[in-house]
Amino acid sequence: MAKITLNINKKDYPLEADPQMPLLWAIRDLAGLKGTKYGCGVAQCGACVVHLDGEAVRSCVTKVSRAAGKKVVTIEGLSETNSHPVQKAWQEIDVPQCGYCHSGQIMSAAVLLREKPNPTDQDIDDAMAGNICRCGTYLRIREAIHTAAELQKKTGTKG
Amino acid sequence: MKQFVPKKAATVLSIFIFIVAVGASAFRNDAPVKQITFSTINRDSVESVQAFEIVYKTLMSPRCMNCHPAGDVPLQGDDSHLHAMGPKRGLDGKGVYAMKCSNCHQETNIAGLHMPPGNPEWHLPPAAMKMVFQGKSAHELAKQLVDKKQNGNKDIKKLIEHADDGLVLAGWDPGEGRTLPPVTHAEFKKAWITWLQSGAYAPKK
Repeated sequence: MAKITLNINKKDYPLEADPQMPLLWAIRDLAGLKGTKYGCGVAQCGACVVHLDGEAVRSCVTKVSRAAGKKVVTIEGLSETNSHPVQKAWQEIDVPQCGYCHSGQIMSAAVLLREKPNPTDQDIDDAMAGNICRCGTYLRIREAIHTAAELQKKTGTKG
Repeated sequence: MKQFVPKKAATVLSIFIFIVAVGASAFRNDAPVKQITFSTINRDSVESVQAFEIVYKTLMSPRCMNCHPAGDVPLQGDDSHLHAMGPKRGLDGKGVYAMKCSNCHQETNIAGLHMPPGNPEWHLPPAAMKMVFQGKSAHELAKQLVDKKQNGNKDIKKLIEHADDGLVLAGWDPGEGRTLPPVTHAEFKKAWITWLQSGAYAPKK
């Protein structure tokens, strides 16, 4: 066990954890932030995606030691009022069915829109292919990302 | 005493030898004999091609070839299938958007069967220099490896150094459930250096 301070959603969390512990465990069980989901545990499904210094890492295979000294953003911290363009678009299109994978989907989509404000369908496929949805909401995810791109353009906000 | 050569014949022979000697001296070149130098590099093409056989079978093994695909999606597994979820190369070879290599591949291997292998520099060759191994014949690969326009502008010295590159070495530490290359790293490096230093000859096929 080691003392590790994680900065999650702009707040410091002093934790005692095995440095090998997956970041997802620390986020959910130690910091108590339950929005990020456990899916496969082997970096295959994308349900656990969080931002680590802005990159869409899979927290189930990321050791907590890698996150020390970096900025972690989870679905709870993407915006303070659910006003991120991707979150707004997700609500507008009513994307989720069961919803389990969607915190990961939204976190991945936010990185896409930051790096490619006007993504093509191919860009969306390239960015989102690692986020699996058991309910098959892929068409609504694509539509929502295009909608988020429009919202981002209109409001001038960025992910 | 009995003479072996009659006196008259001996005189004629002596005069003939004198004329030849004088004539030859007229064509004498006083310039110093050019020093013949031998290269320290052994350019034995047989030795070179034999060494490349080991190099080729190593580079075409999944541990090396999987990150040198013909397309823009890396390969995976001992059968070199397309990487699940289809991550793309990207301009710098490190992936795109939410699908960057280091989003899953950590600095070290993750314990467990078929878990993502890790390395701090995990990436494919960049888009501008794809360094494709997949599908290449021994002849094609040998030519490509020493072509500066296709090998990242590496000369022989840099190519030799590349044998100890961290990502090359990672091929011999692939994580659980993956077979090793067909020879040890030491055997590969010996063959690699032998091939390069003996002229980097390409096999005929």
